[in-house]
Amino acid sequence: MSEIAFLLNGTPVRVDGEAPTRTLLDWLRETRGLTGTKEGCNEGDCGACTVMVSDGESVEALNACILFLPQLHGKAVRTVEGIAGAGGALHPVQQAMVDLHGSQCGFCTPGFIVSMAVSHANGATDHDDRLAGNLCRCTGYAPIIRAAKAAETAPLPAWLADDRSALAKLASGDSGDDTAFRPRTADELASWYAAHPDATLIAGATDVGLWVTKGLRDLSPVAFLGGVEELKTVTVDDEAIRIGAGVSLNRLREAIAPHHADFAEMIRRYASQQVRAAATIGGNIANGSPIGDGPPALIALGATLHLRHGNARRAMPLEDFFIEYRKQDRKPGEFVEAVAIPRQPDRLRCYKLSKRFDQDISAVLGAFNIMVENGHVTAARIAFGGMAGIPKRAAHVEAALIGQPWSEETVETASAAFGLDFTPMSDMRASAEYRLTAAANMLTRCYHEMNGRPARVLEVAP
Amino acid sequence: MSVAKPLPHDAAPLHVTGRARYIDDIPVPAGTLHLAFGLSTIAHGDIAEMDLSAVRTAPGVVAVLTAEDLPHENDASPSAHDEPVLAAGTVHFYGQPVFLVVADSHLAARKAARLGKVRYAEKPALLTLDAALAANSRFEAGPIIWARGDAAKAIAGAAHQIEGSFEVGGQEHFYLEGQIALALPQDNGDVVVHSSTQHPSEIQHKVAEATGLDMNGVRVEVRRMGGGFGGKESQGNHLAIACAVAALATGKPCKMRYDRDDDMVVTGKRHDIRIGYRAGYDAEGRIAGVEFLHLLRCGWAMDLSLPVADRAMLHAANAYWLPNIRIESHRLKTNTVSNTAYRGFGGPQGIIGIERVIDHIAHELGRDALDIRRVNYYADAAPEGARPPAEPQTTPYGQPVEDFVLGAMTGELEASSAYRKRRAEVDAWNAANPILKKGLALTPVKFGISFTLTQYNQAGALVHVYQDGSIHMNHGGTEMGQGLFQKVAQVAAASFGVDVAKVKITATDTGKVPNTSATAASSGSDLNGMAVKAACDTIRDRLAEMLAAEHQTEPRKVHFEGGRVFVGEADYRFEEVAKKAYAARVSLSSTGFYKTPKITWDRVKGHGRPFYYFAYGAAVTEVVIDTLTGENRILRTDILHDVGASLNPALDVGQVEGAYVQGAGWLTTEELVWDASGRLTTHAPSTYKIPACSDRPRIFNVALWDKGRNREDTIYRSKAVGEPPFNLGMSAFFALSDAVAACGDGSLYPALDAPATAERVLMAVRRQQGKRA
Repeated sequence: MSEIAFLLNGTPVRVDGEAPTRTLLDWLRETRGLTGTKEGCNEGDCGACTVMVSDGESVEALNACILFLPQLHGKAVRTVEGIAGAGGALHPVQQAMVDLHGSQCGFCTPGFIVSMAVSHANGATDHDDRLAGNLCRCTGYAPIIRAAKAAETAPLPAWLADDRSALAKLASGDSGDDTAFRPRTADELASWYAAHPDATLIAGATDVGLWVTKGLRDLSPVAFLGGVEELKTVTVDDEAIRIGAGVSLNRLREAIAPHHADFAEMIRRYASQQVRAAATIGGNIANGSPIGDGPPALIALGATLHLRHGNARRAMPLEDFFIEYRKQDRKPGEFVEAVAIPRQPDRLRCYKLSKRFDQDISAVLGAFNIMVENGHVTAARIAFGGMAGIPKRAAHVEAALIGQPWSEETVETASAAFGLDFTPMSDMRASAEYRLTAAANMLTRCYHEMNGRPARVLEVAP
Repeated sequence: MSVAKPLPHDAAPLHVTGRARYIDDIPVPAGTLHLAFGLSTIAHGDIAEMDLSAVRTAPGVVAVLTAEDLPHENDASPSAHDEPVLAAGTVHFYGQPVFLVVADSHLAARKAARLGKVRYAEKPALLTLDAALAANSRFEAGPIIWARGDAAKAIAGAAHQIEGSFEVGGQEHFYLEGQIALALPQDNGDVVVHSSTQHPSEIQHKVAEATGLDMNGVRVEVRRMGGGFGGKESQGNHLAIACAVAALATGKPCKMRYDRDDDMVVTGKRHDIRIGYRAGYDAEGRIAGVEFLHLLRCGWAMDLSLPVADRAMLHAANAYWLPNIRIESHRLKTNTVSNTAYRGFGGPQGIIGIERVIDHIAHELGRDALDIRRVNYYADAAPEGARPPAEPQTTPYGQPVEDFVLGAMTGELEASSAYRKRRAEVDAWNAANPILKKGLALTPVKFGISFTLTQYNQAGALVHVYQDGSIHMNHGGTEMGQGLFQKVAQVAAASFGVDVAKVKITATDTGKVPNTSATAASSGSDLNGMAVKAACDTIRDRLAEMLAAEHQTEPRKVHFEGGRVFVGEADYRFEEVAKKAYAARVSLSSTGFYKTPKITWDRVKGHGRPFYYFAYGAAVTEVVIDTLTGENRILRTDILHDVGASLNPALDVGQVEGAYVQGAGWLTTEELVWDASGRLTTHAPSTYKIPACSDRPRIFNVALWDKGRNREDTIYRSKAVGEPPFNLGMSAFFALSDAVAACGDGSLYPALDAPATAERVLMAVRRQQGKRA
């Protein structure tokens, strides 16, 4: 692998000769002897390895266990060892965690500290969401939230600005080599991938990371897409909201909120802050998972997928991309460039059902886009995740609704059609019976909500 | 005085800066080797053929060991010598260690461990309680039965009867730091082992057996664990043994840590249980007689299952006076991972049975379950100093209940939580809302404190005072986050009248304090606090004697306070006294020892006084459920808990808050799922869901009972806190049951199984609605 350069706790480092899929966590602990960052699960679900990564503009929390070294090129990394100020003066979140008894065994604490420092740097106070990706088994979280609140208004540490100015001086470096390519434009990516169709494309690495840390696979050659800025844009015009494949879920949440609030609310519960900061909508679509949360919402909105191979581009309705379990309509060397949502009044309702509300993979995700005019259903796009081998539309249910009066009777009739659309499986997340029952009940919930009756436990105040 | 102060955890400044060193953070010598187990891929069968050639030739592999290669004992069991470290001819569960890879890196070892080709002659696997029961596959010859009175007769003669059965799932510990050990071979053939363990002496013992060394050739050290919860009482044995054997075989330091998935597959969990019950009661809900049937899934090896099952039986009455009771306990042997200690150690499994009975009775009578609880409570103890009743109520196993305070505590909590008002509000909500339903429940806990194996109720300490007045403290307890070290340091500082900063907390070390008990059964501060106090008081008495002689007064008139020592008209800085003592050739070092008084226990008869005292608490939880999906949320929890006179109220509140959330997790989202082949499918945090941040109660009011004071002579009259509040999570489970009951016409008891996942809640709601479940 060619040289990569980044800032580590304020000091420029250059890494050469490491495997491109060496994780930041292993490198920190084994090579640098920085053992404050912990391995709790090695799959991005516990947050004990959380590090702060900034690019001069944004400051994000990321899981170091599924973060490959080349992804850090040109970034500033802060580990728990780099959070305190000059002379070891504790950061406000550190001091608050000591004062308010936020640590017990202490093993998850470095990850919490970094997540909290990122929130602090961003002025974020939605602590439950910000910390959903940090598991603690000792405290029950109450003292940690007290600490996060206590530190909210404390001044920012000076090193944040220092990192920004140091980043500006960091050499931009090369674009890697053929075993670990780091394209900077979509054109570079397109021609390289066409020439290396067996390569693995890595954007956020929140899924591919596990191929390495759990699957113990050797991935070569690889391309890291994080440097392709043009894939990270969201453009809104009169026709469509076009979302680049490299747009992170956190960015998508912000961008979609004004247009489809419930989509944004669903993304709030999509994985965790750390995962959403890394994961891209392109990855969420391209990996073809039947339980990815993005596709059902996008399908319900009638989104179009844009694919590219070399200089050839094609587009298709998103639902047509998913052929069968883990099989998509994507040619070797072809990649997802963007997904576009046609502009429309916001009718979308997303229901994410999982064992745990936050940071859990959906058992069922239902997305409903039902148009009612003069008391009748005039259009319906309903799509589900977790109900089949692919994200799939509920065609029979839609047919049972369209043209009918929007009534309890219609809902009841349409509910019976779920069994025609889906034959879900039983697994460790849910039984087939539960999936089918709950999916049908989601239509009932949608009906009640559209008629102004509250139907979500998350909206019940204590 | 330093005790009773809400000081932070002693290592908090290290935790928050990443400087707190766990075993994987210890810098290792060059050439350190790394270990991984190859695991079985069937649940039961004989090993017909093992081809490990690809493992041996994999990059970085130094050695591969099988059972035949182990030089001495091949056993990791803490009890029955029935748990080979590496499978000896037969595998007994899916994921059992079969061979051991020694390689030059953790990653190389993990990769190589997957290359083994093992052919098995498969045998039928007993995976479930029913399968084990049918095959009469069990530990001990038959069920254990303890009884008082005549339960069957009392039930038959009562005005009303109920019966039922429910399942309560197990629980993964999910300590954030996985199992790990590091063994360093010494120049004389001895070995030093760093182990993330709650039980260093057991590690020492098992490593000695496995290496053929005497126990004095094995030194075990642990400064801190990243969580334990019972999961590091015996489950670290495999790794420590593997590391020590490999270290002595190769002459190199050896380290082993499980990847999280391996950890969840290989290590035991809380025992899952099926509880059958029958009860007879009167119109007020007073229980005349009750019978329990406990079916525990112990897994393939004995481990600690017998005392776990015993403790479930010992807690079958919880806080209730039950004159006629019969408990029948089956300890079933299955081809699944060997279940082990987990916070509460069977107590929660026992308690939830009687709480279920009460919930069921309340439903049948159409009464608030709180009323039924109260009517069955033991009588509150007379005030301290007042004459005790001539015939105190006793537990089913014959122990007088002399310190019961739940009547008073429940009254306080009922008022502070506005229970009755909120009951009315919940009813009103449920009447008005067809889709979202609320539920409310108060559950109490009475938890017995002491190891039921009497010999474990002892502890040792070693305290040195140096010439500069600094104090070095060591004891047999281990630190897993509970704040034991800080509490005990506060005790030591109080003895010498110095600031707690003067007391150096040091790693638990079998070379300093020998023959220690596991830090378990909530007993850490009770036992070690007393042992450290004994050691400190011995030194302090020597100092007092020295100064008294010098000042021609009595030693008892020498006073230690505020970092100074007062004698007659004179006073000295503590440092000066230490220096004087050295010069006067007075020993500044002492051991300390403590054994719990008063306890006797006849396990065969199920009779005696197994517990020194009881700890009490109660919780009120309010939940809301979605009747369309079963999704649910804890809206508010109010807890009042008795920790006696707290050694450190901040740490104690932390234990109560954390225990509640962990207990609620056990009964709600934490679901262990095995497939038909016996493979655990929930082997990572992606599939096994412990509570996350937003799962804690939206409103969470936790108070320590301000009248708390241990009636027994414990360390500064405090009470143990680790396990008792775990049981308070049951209030969430019964609040869910209450909410489900609100979905029907009152005729059908919800009969929830645990964990009450959204799926189970929805299915229970549908039964209430008369729909196919």
